[in-house]
Amino acid sequence: MLHRFAALVAASTALLIFAGGLVTSTGSGLSVPDWPTTYGWNMFTFPIDKWVGGIYYEHTHRLIASVVGFLIVVLAIWLRRAEPRAWVRRLGYSALGAVITQGILGGITVLWFLPDAVSIAHAGLAQLLFCLTITIALATSPGWKRSAAADDRTLQGIAALSTALIYAQIIIGATMRHTDAGLAIPDFPLAFGQLVPPAWNWGIAIHYAHRVGAVIVSLLGLATIGHVLYHHRREGGLRRPAVLLLVLLAVQVTLGALTVLSGKQYVINSLHVVTGALVLATSLVLTLRSFRARFTTHAEGMRVAA
Amino acid sequence: MARRAYTAVPVFILTVLAAACGGGNTEQAAPPPDAPATNPVDPATAGNISGRVTFTGTAPKPAPVRMDSDPNCVQQGATAPDEAVVVGDGGGLQNAFVYVKDGLGDLRFPIPATTTLLDQKGCRYTPHVLGVQVGQSIEVLNSDPTLHNVHAVPTENQEFNTGQPLPGMKHTHRFSTREVMVPFKCDVHPWMRAYVGVLDHPYFAVSGPDGSFELKGLPPGTYTVEAWHETLGTQTQTVTVAAKETGTTAFEFKPKS
Repeated sequence: MLHRFAALVAASTALLIFAGGLVTSTGSGLSVPDWPTTYGWNMFTFPIDKWVGGIYYEHTHRLIASVVGFLIVVLAIWLRRAEPRAWVRRLGYSALGAVITQGILGGITVLWFLPDAVSIAHAGLAQLLFCLTITIALATSPGWKRSAAADDRTLQGIAALSTALIYAQIIIGATMRHTDAGLAIPDFPLAFGQLVPPAWNWGIAIHYAHRVGAVIVSLLGLATIGHVLYHHRREGGLRRPAVLLLVLLAVQVTLGALTVLSGKQYVINSLHVVTGALVLATSLVLTLRSFRARFTTHAEGMRVAA
Repeated sequence: MARRAYTAVPVFILTVLAAACGGGNTEQAAPPPDAPATNPVDPATAGNISGRVTFTGTAPKPAPVRMDSDPNCVQQGATAPDEAVVVGDGGGLQNAFVYVKDGLGDLRFPIPATTTLLDQKGCRYTPHVLGVQVGQSIEVLNSDPTLHNVHAVPTENQEFNTGQPLPGMKHTHRFSTREVMVPFKCDVHPWMRAYVGVLDHPYFAVSGPDGSFELKGLPPGTYTVEAWHETLGTQTQTVTVAAKETGTTAFEFKPKS
């Protein structure tokens, strides 16, 4: 039951990231100028007939965020009461701290007119919060408690590196997005008709870095997937996320291309954001499962020692 | 240690909240600068500058602006023409902001007591382009049966973003420094745009439907006059005004390549 609830929280967080992507993609971030109120109303009593234009996206994002915040409060309390492993309880507290900080960052970025640094931090913390909820859902799953994958150090290395670089790639993407560089290179797959842009400025550099990052992350992801399918194809706990990662990477690269070719069509753009989060989460699950045997000997052993 | 952490977290949150609530969208009306009470220009010798702003080439057909993201806007007209380039009969270019950029020396001018109105009507800013003096009040009115946010995005002045959820609401602001131009937008209705020229003198005008403009009451002298257009850029001309005479000039904009 706890696992199902944790999975619900993780799914809600993914929905929240999509809603946040819609806010940025539609340029609605400042359509509600006040915070935590909404045009002077308590956010929960803001009349539905006033959810028009950009307000629809911004206000919906705030409401979903409130629901996710509430769900994480419940999750943290539930873990505190029912979870015997201290490190899992700590994940609950961390998620609670992250969602509170995330709400404050969201408010600050509105009140301070979307400063790039705060908006990028808001986007980056959203992914960390999603990772925390995913980790909690995984750690409370029956599969995690039941079995341990082989302790393959090569897999652990490339999977962890993949996950770290995917996160870095998301931060580069968020920087590109919030500095309005999403169309700084208007063509795809080439850059101004060439492999390397003929001229440089900040927008072109960050955009090109995101494209190069996509290539690196894809190659590393493929290496991880290949390793799993070659060495661990009989271990469903590793094979399933590896196959899912392969599919998500293909979808994500396609969405990235379509984002440019469609001139940043807002639904495609937002799907690119949330699919990036799903790629990160899938890589994280694969990484955590590859380390599963070590959790038994270290983290869970530490609880026994304590 | 854990207890200290429990105390530190709420303190951190309250501190950040206090900081967050301290910034933002409160009215940042600038105090009126130390301006003279009377106009330093001798009306006996004052002259004018008049002219016309034209568009050469094939005028782009104004694309209709879709307003269907807000039913309240649709009720007032499902579409309205885009105002980015408005060309009238004879190639007259409307909505160019024409002003004296240089040549007034150290002359300082009184701040007008009149308030300039920027109306939000039919989910458009009216007028689309206007000018005010530093320290002069500009009143932004919501004449629509829907809500707007008034978001000024200057680079030299203080940015502000304020909500007007009810019809009839007003927001008054005074800009503290010269800036050509200050864009105004509504993030609820992204097609809404206005541009406000903020100057430390009264010599500015917005070209009318026929492209004509007039700057009145200038002291005799030679001036750099600039015409600014939101999509076509800027042009400058040098104009000499003799006592009690009108200097003429013309600006000709071409399609952007």
